[in-house]
Amino acid sequence: MAPAGEAAQAIATLWWVMLAGSVVIFLGVVGASLLPLVLRRWSAPSARAMLIGGGLVFPGVVLLALLVAALLVGDRLSPRGEPGVLRIEAEARQWAWTFQYPDLPGQAATEGVLHVPVGRPFEVQVTSRDVIHSFWAPRLGGKIDAIPGHTNVIRLQADAPGIYRGQCAEFCGNAHAMMDFVVQAHSPADYAAWRAAQGATE
Amino acid sequence: MSDQTPGAPAPLSAIGRHKALERLWGTAPGWGALSAVNHSTVGLRFIITSFVFFLIGGVLAMLIRAQLAGPETDFLDAAAYAQVFTMHGTVMMFLFAIPAIEGLALYMLPKLLGARDLAFPRLSAFGYWCYLFGGSILILAMLGGVAPDSGWFMYTPLSSKPYSPGINSDVWLIGVTFVEVSAVCAAVEFMTTVLKIRTGGMALHRMPIMVWYLWVTAAMMLFGFPPLILGSVLLELERAFDWPFFDPTRGGSPLLWQHLFWLFGHPEVYIIFLPGAGIISTILPVFTGQKLVGYAWIIVALIALGFISFGIWAHHMFATGIPHLSLAFFSAASTLVVIPTAVQIFAWLATLLSGRPRITLSMLYFYGFLSTFVIGGLTGVMVAVVPFDWQAHDTHFIVAHLHYVLMGGFVFPVLAGIYYWLPHFTGRKHLEGLGRTAFALIMIGFNAAFLPMHLTGLWGMPRRVFTYGGEMGWDLLNLISSVAGFILAIGFALVVVDVVQVARFGRRSRRNPWGASTLEWGMPTPPPAYNIGSQPHVTSRDPLEDDPGLPAALARGEGYLGQPRNGWRETLSVHMLSGEPDQVVLLPGPTLMPLWTALATGLFFVSFLFKLYPLSAIAFVLIVICGWRWMWASGLREDVAPVDIGRGQTAPLHAMAADPPTLWGMVFTLMANGVFFGALVFGYLFLWVVAPNWPPPALLAREPVTPLLVLAGLATGLAAVWRGARANGESRAADSQTWLLVSAAAGAVIAGGALAVPLFTAPAPNSHAYAAAVTFISGYLAFHGLIAAILSAYAWARSRNGWISAQRAVEFSALRLWWLYLGATGLISLALLHGPAWMS
Ligand code: HEM
Ligand SMILES: [Cu+2]
Ligand SMILES: [Cu+2]
Repeated sequence: MAPAGEAAQAIATLWWVMLAGSVVIFLGVVGASLLPLVLRRWSAPSARAMLIGGGLVFPGVVLLALLVAALLVGDRLSPRGEPGVLRIEAEARQWAWTFQYPDLPGQAATEGVLHVPVGRPFEVQVTSRDVIHSFWAPRLGGKIDAIPGHTNVIRLQADAPGIYRGQCAEFCGNAHAMMDFVVQAHSPADYAAWRAAQGATE
Repeated sequence: MSDQTPGAPAPLSAIGRHKALERLWGTAPGWGALSAVNHSTVGLRFIITSFVFFLIGGVLAMLIRAQLAGPETDFLDAAAYAQVFTMHGTVMMFLFAIPAIEGLALYMLPKLLGARDLAFPRLSAFGYWCYLFGGSILILAMLGGVAPDSGWFMYTPLSSKPYSPGINSDVWLIGVTFVEVSAVCAAVEFMTTVLKIRTGGMALHRMPIMVWYLWVTAAMMLFGFPPLILGSVLLELERAFDWPFFDPTRGGSPLLWQHLFWLFGHPEVYIIFLPGAGIISTILPVFTGQKLVGYAWIIVALIALGFISFGIWAHHMFATGIPHLSLAFFSAASTLVVIPTAVQIFAWLATLLSGRPRITLSMLYFYGFLSTFVIGGLTGVMVAVVPFDWQAHDTHFIVAHLHYVLMGGFVFPVLAGIYYWLPHFTGRKHLEGLGRTAFALIMIGFNAAFLPMHLTGLWGMPRRVFTYGGEMGWDLLNLISSVAGFILAIGFALVVVDVVQVARFGRRSRRNPWGASTLEWGMPTPPPAYNIGSQPHVTSRDPLEDDPGLPAALARGEGYLGQPRNGWRETLSVHMLSGEPDQVVLLPGPTLMPLWTALATGLFFVSFLFKLYPLSAIAFVLIVICGWRWMWASGLREDVAPVDIGRGQTAPLHAMAADPPTLWGMVFTLMANGVFFGALVFGYLFLWVVAPNWPPPALLAREPVTPLLVLAGLATGLAAVWRGARANGESRAADSQTWLLVSAAAGAVIAGGALAVPLFTAPAPNSHAYAAAVTFISGYLAFHGLIAAILSAYAWARSRNGWISAQRAVEFSALRLWWLYLGATGLISLALLHGPAWMS
């Protein structure tokens, strides 16, 4: 994971915290299970204490903390309808992506390349013309399914200019593996140049 | 503790009893094997067949790993890869894991319960044939190159006709449904067996812990499979007749499929895990010399797990754009499921810590299980955290997670169980050398294959891609996974070799080599067809520990039902809470009926697959005929006074008892049916909520005739069956027969009234999902009316023959249940069918 967006960054932090916690828990459980092989004589902790402490209290506390963290992060990734967000319409079909820019008057649809400005959140409204696909640019953030008859929204942001690979993440038929796209994040100057090259006005 | 009623025939010697019982319970050799209904025989068939499918699934896994070993391999093309991974998942889940569990339960349950067989032996055999035939359809299709190819969860619309025009998806829907029939049969049978078919004294709190696990598993199967069956039926109707349940342009929704699938699919994971955990809870006390800590805690945890697992299906759908609030709910519920699992893990740890582990092969697999499963559980918590799941979903991270859970939570415990019960299955001892080598290969191969997939997944490798570019940087890890995958496969192959050579050449083992305390070890090994010479009266959870002389005493006939008589296959049935004997169940002997019925069912499915619908209609009639003849052979034909059951007690035969297992079988069948119907109502309401303009006003028309007809039929039928039962109770046979005819007519009226809706009033089912739903619900109602008519006719025919009496009236009790069910679902159906029109 090389996060390049706010969303991906938040998810990455979550991951490192969970990984560390998991390693500790894993070592604790497996270590405890090996104790009676290593120690010949010892007095085991009371069964009741283990059941209550290990079975109820410990997971209860950890999970509660995790849930709260997850909700906070999740909230940050969800569309909030704030102003200044660039709206984009993505339509998937077997096996390609079309992107439209309703907020950029006169801007023609692009095929397979999604152009966005750096540092400005954008909201992708995803749908599909045929089967279910899934919109995913791993370094920018999570994925969202493109479902025929439904429109789903994901909010993303690129922090640095560059080209980010995207990929359909839901099996959608033979060319699923080939169904990729790129997100091109432009610096402000670059973005203006791209817009100008399209002959459009904002 | 022997009690012989005076005047009874002279007691047999232990050998004489063995011979007499073996004659009674055995199956004829040769072609006679086709008629076997014995639970040990059928259970072993299940287990062996499931391992054959495991090997097939394993070969497919090797094809996957060969293809992914390097970037841009062209060993398989995209289409072939799609078939291979779809079949790998399908075979492993539906043809290996679930049937292996069914086989284990079939084989073990009666032995753990100190019984001689399950409640419905013919149903066991029928289930096996359904499984074998259904599985064969899938494998034959694969050999023919037309295997399913939309992934093991078959998302629509990819699996719908426009995008999968070939027969591939039909093969999945029909093959898997055929196999699921056997799972539902097994669930009904296990539920009933645990409730009723135990040995004397085995109160609920004296049941071995494994029984509790299997019971909760059976309950989950009973509730989990019907939604999947419903989904498959609806999708097959869409594919075959263009009924647009899942088509968003005509009032359907592709998400409906996902809900129905995961309503099954998530509990499925726990259905697979629980028996594995049950094996762990069974072997740990034996190999640590310490009683299981927290028996009651574990039972509560199991039941909680069962409930929670049905509340979290949507966590497979976090990326489908369901509302944030429900995301939070499902996320919370998904993490909640950890608590009952943690309780079990700490109960095991506490057992282990207070005992002295003996490191046998089974214990090695316990450690393999614990370490693997904990990792799988921890990554499971991670993906229950929604934002993280948005990243990990549908990548190889998930592939890694699911294999850690399934291998850790199921395959390793099953291997532990195999080595634990091998002396029981075969009567032979194994040496541990080869087994330990295999264990090492499996552990190394498994972790080296699947640990790296967490990383490839996080680095962005989606699952189900047949190839990837060299520039992605995933090659090395994939190569490691592939090589290790083959090491893993060699490990499994060694296990097979090991088990086969023990079964063929192992030295005879003594009874109960591990010093276990549960009843299955009190039987001769390998177990005889009748399990035990007589059934014990147990007073604790550890009967063999209480009385080490018990096995010999039972062989001498000192327990219940030690005296074979009248050519009856007898086993004890108990009061469900206290475990006091309350009836003697007479079980059917070998018969070809299950095979014929399964063949007729197979004809139905296969003719549907090849779109030969007239043939399907004929097959349906054949199934009804088989069912009739099946039931016809059951039951007593005259009243019999309570019989001596040994130990100075008497009990009625089950046909004379108030709550025979048959009735419980009906109760559980109707429960499964009710879940099916509930899922149908859910689907209807779901489309109503999510699909725009649903139901379309243009399709609604008020029409009073058919609902009134159905209502009249319901009222008449319910009244008739009650009056008939009362007349029968007062020995007025002629009156009760008249009422049965009325009941049959009422069933026919309901069928006619319900069918009239799609035939005359509703719009064409392919015009809109609402019309399709109306047609389907009418069909459901008509079908149940028809069955009510057939059951009434059946009871009438038996009563005419004088086979029903005031005391022998299970036909009436069953029919009454059916009518109650029909009454409830009929009213709901009428509301769904006609409510929208009258409300508008
Ligand atoms: C013998 C060792 C096994 C290996 C090497 C293996 C390997 C794999 C791989 C690499 C995939 C991912 C394919 C892809 O997404 O492109 C996969 C999928 C899967 N495996 Fe296994 N597997 C093994 C055993 C099992 C077992 C024992 C089970 C279940 C009890 C299982 C159940 C599944 C399922 C359900 C899928 C998902 C299929 C789908 O995406 O439709 N596997 N396996
Ligand atoms: Cu796609
Ligand atoms: Cu795709």
